[in-house]
Amino acid sequence: MRRSRVASIAAVTLSLVLASAACGGGSTGSEGGSNEQPKTLTYWASNQGASLEVDKKVLQPELDKFEKETGIKVKLEVVPWSDLLNRILTATTSGQGPDVLNIGNTWSASLQATGALLPWDAKNFEAIGGKDRFVDSALGSTGTQGQDPAAVPLYSMAYALYYNKKMFADAGIEKPPATWSELTDVGEKLSKNGKWALGAEGSNLSNNIHQVFVLGKQHGADFFTPDGKADFTSDGAVAAVKQYVDFMAKDKIIAPGNAEYAQNQSLSDFAKDKTAMVLWQTASATFKSLGMNEDEWGVAPAPVQSGTPGTGTNTNSMVAGINMAVFKNTKNIDGAKKFVKFMTSDEEQKILNSAYGSIPPVKSAQEDPAFDSPALKVLRDTLATSATALPQVPEESQFETVVGTAVKELFADAAAGRKVTTESVRAKLEKAEQQMSTS
Amino acid sequence: MAEPRSPMAAPQSFLWSRRIFLTLLTGFVLLPVYVMISSSLKPLEDVSGKFTWLPSGLTVRPYFDIWETVPLADYFVNSLIVAGAATVCSVTIAVFAAYAVSRYNFRGKRVFTVTVLSTQMFPGILFLLPLFLIYVNIGNATGIALFGSRGGLIITYLTFSLPFSIWMLIGYFDSVPRDLDEAAKVDGCGPLGALFRVVVPAAIPGIVAVAVYAFMTAWGEVLFASVMTNDTTRTLAVGLQGYSTQNDVYWNQIMAASLVVSLPVVAGFLLLQRYLVAGLTAGAVK
Amino acid sequence: MTTTAAYGTVERTAQKQDPGAAPKKRRPGWLRRVSLPYLLLLPALLLELLVHLVPMVIGIVVSFRELTQFYIRDWTTAPWNGLGNYEIAVDFDAPVGEALLKSFFTTCLFTVLSVGLCWLLGAAAAIFLQESFRGRGLLRTIFLVPYALPVYAAVITWAFMFQRDNGLVNHVIHDQLGLTDSPPFWLIGDNAFFTLLIVSVWKGWPFAFLIIMAGLQNIPREMYEAAALDGAGIWQQIRRITMPSLRPVNQVLVLVLFLWTFNDFNTPFVLFGKAAPESADLISLHIYQSSFQTWNFGTGSAMSVLLLLFLLLVTGVYLALTSRGRKATDG
Repeated sequence: MRRSRVASIAAVTLSLVLASAACGGGSTGSEGGSNEQPKTLTYWASNQGASLEVDKKVLQPELDKFEKETGIKVKLEVVPWSDLLNRILTATTSGQGPDVLNIGNTWSASLQATGALLPWDAKNFEAIGGKDRFVDSALGSTGTQGQDPAAVPLYSMAYALYYNKKMFADAGIEKPPATWSELTDVGEKLSKNGKWALGAEGSNLSNNIHQVFVLGKQHGADFFTPDGKADFTSDGAVAAVKQYVDFMAKDKIIAPGNAEYAQNQSLSDFAKDKTAMVLWQTASATFKSLGMNEDEWGVAPAPVQSGTPGTGTNTNSMVAGINMAVFKNTKNIDGAKKFVKFMTSDEEQKILNSAYGSIPPVKSAQEDPAFDSPALKVLRDTLATSATALPQVPEESQFETVVGTAVKELFADAAAGRKVTTESVRAKLEKAEQQMSTS
Repeated sequence: MAEPRSPMAAPQSFLWSRRIFLTLLTGFVLLPVYVMISSSLKPLEDVSGKFTWLPSGLTVRPYFDIWETVPLADYFVNSLIVAGAATVCSVTIAVFAAYAVSRYNFRGKRVFTVTVLSTQMFPGILFLLPLFLIYVNIGNATGIALFGSRGGLIITYLTFSLPFSIWMLIGYFDSVPRDLDEAAKVDGCGPLGALFRVVVPAAIPGIVAVAVYAFMTAWGEVLFASVMTNDTTRTLAVGLQGYSTQNDVYWNQIMAASLVVSLPVVAGFLLLQRYLVAGLTAGAVK
Repeated sequence: MTTTAAYGTVERTAQKQDPGAAPKKRRPGWLRRVSLPYLLLLPALLLELLVHLVPMVIGIVVSFRELTQFYIRDWTTAPWNGLGNYEIAVDFDAPVGEALLKSFFTTCLFTVLSVGLCWLLGAAAAIFLQESFRGRGLLRTIFLVPYALPVYAAVITWAFMFQRDNGLVNHVIHDQLGLTDSPPFWLIGDNAFFTLLIVSVWKGWPFAFLIIMAGLQNIPREMYEAAALDGAGIWQQIRRITMPSLRPVNQVLVLVLFLWTFNDFNTPFVLFGKAAPESADLISLHIYQSSFQTWNFGTGSAMSVLLLLFLLLVTGVYLALTSRGRKATDG
């Protein structure tokens, strides 16, 4: 009796191990997806509005419209940002995921490498109206160069310089700075009596990356070699990181307290007239919820080293935004494509991007007068002329983690009054680079 | 209520240390609670400003907004179901297992106790993916949907608390004198009768403590819940993060919502108190 | 002897009434007597197998493979990597191994301090609340409040209080008491260690309190009465009766707290986000960073297996030592 029980336990264990080993990923077969369930789709939307509930209210009427047109019912789930990447990861591993989903556009190459997402080749793009409907800069952030994109642009955003009009007026500054040297000049006038010129989110890794990436471009550095190897210690990269941290360490125009910010505290400082400028993407909705009127702040293109924003070393923003992807193993591949076509149609692009304060990555929708307000015009022009996509390499998320952490630690040094030198910056970046090559 | 210590008057040194210690401890415990209450009564732009002991202006708006920002009521119900079911199952299973270990000698006992304990040593983050795979495969093979359902979460959480529950119950059961079971057996009870009529009642404080532990383990878990739930089964622990969105952190609403959802739990603790301090004396007198 | 000694007391007490003496009813016979304990254990065993052991085995297998985002769609296709992942993890001269080692020592120090303080506060509070006085019930409820608050909410509130410019802590020590020249940082830099410790103790001690309080209920009152007759004062009663009687409860409690604190992920994650400051870089967060953040589950698993081995060793030694100590005082 006892022996048989032990044996049965052993058998159960073994079968469980074998089962889980054998069926590994659930993504076997049907590489291009199938049409087994043509009447339903599941859709994971990212959180774009002020809350999950707001997103549902924005999206649901549109999904109803889609159901009326095609008879396909879309089951919507708005996934919070804190969970989205882990949810995608488990969905990829198990093959149990949505049919269509939103991804942060900087994840495109990383997720592309898993092979779980439908590649948007010429044929698939044809099904949604063609690749040339989309703005080039947005297409540049959809996957590794030279491969078929892993996703389609849905919403676009760009960085701009937001400034507090009252603080500028009080300090007698007439126009927002267009170059970094102008910024440090006005910064000196603004940073006194407990007020500061510029806000930063020193403990927010992604934000750090966005800022030093753009500065890197301006110093002619890329952080990755053309063949995809980490290259964090080039002179340009070191200069870029040092310039950003020096706003606190040397120029003293960022409050030391910003070194620990990671929850958008810099925006609330801005709204409270404690900080005069922030470099941010589409901040208008946040300012509103912090009790700031539209006429209290202004927007200008983010500064460059010299001259005016443009390409190459005059880049002044990364291409921020959301892409839409389709899981390869979907059971409703035609419906999924129809849905992507619907969401990227001119009409939906106008509705959704106006609701979220972002810019349509679709050319014809972008020209709509709805996106002509001064605030959005700056973002639109930036995207069209002077924004560059973050490196499209599978290791992008590692890059954000290790270099973002290095910048965070340098800010912590600066805030504690320790010296930040070219050598200390280089040492931190060197350590970051070594972590990349061994992992 | 039973008074375990001798009625002998306590010396002043004892009374004073007690007063000082308990006062300091109460302050430490309540400090964040005070911050939560005062912040939950401030408008958003005040919360993110410099801390002040007294709010300059009071508003109860956050207490109305919390229901709009996220479906808090749904999350609360989900959490209650998941944590409640996990607790009941976990405690029941642990009582059986602990009874076996405490009262019987059998082969493999040591292996069992050590194995059960060792499951607590592997960082949860690493078996998250394998577990998810197993649930999906069980789902494919049998049609029982474990991932995304409350059932899967209940099973996961009950096993989280099971090992420590078993271990702690072994300790509590060991301290229940064996003469009591013997007496019950003389009265004609089987082993299970002795368990439920004698051992369990005598170990009520321990069982309640273990139940509270099991409940709180399930109530607060974040990582597995974030991956294994969808918007219809999402629990509070994860749902509260909905107040911090990409561009805004609704501090005042986080605090208000936490207070609202914690109230029933604290009330539950209050009700359970008398069982926490009943115990052996009560059981022995019976 | 390491693990066998652990169960010494349990065994010995169990033997007193076992095996033949137990059931009065003879009829079910040996079959029932032998299988009953196994039947009682079966549900627990099956569930642990499903949720912990099998995934753990998979984790161990993965630690020998090169599982990156290129292979996660079907992890069985990930190439074998032999001991490669382990070599990276224990190469203490390279940044990865060095960071892991540092994180390990930080975690050890943190765990020892946190467990010690949790136990101390819990035991003191439980003993002070043993005797009835006005407000005891209220205090008992208040003390369980940290335990009832959702972890996320509690930790985010502490993070809120520890902000440098706007937080309560600096408001008190800098603005009101003037103890420091400039407001210190609590969430970055070296102080982060103490921040983490305070939050962890605040969150963890009510559990110790709860368990010890329940343990105190089982100490027979006659023992105190007898001691009082012998002229023992209240402090002596605590030292001579309460503490020794709590031994079995403490043994498990301290171990539980240890394992729990060592593997705690939620507290540092909510407090510091994805990248903890070096001074407070706990191992679970570190492993999360090395696997989920960088999509390298092979190395992450190897680090976890090393951690598992370490914890097994510590637990074994701990159980051996405490049980031996217990035997000595008992006999």
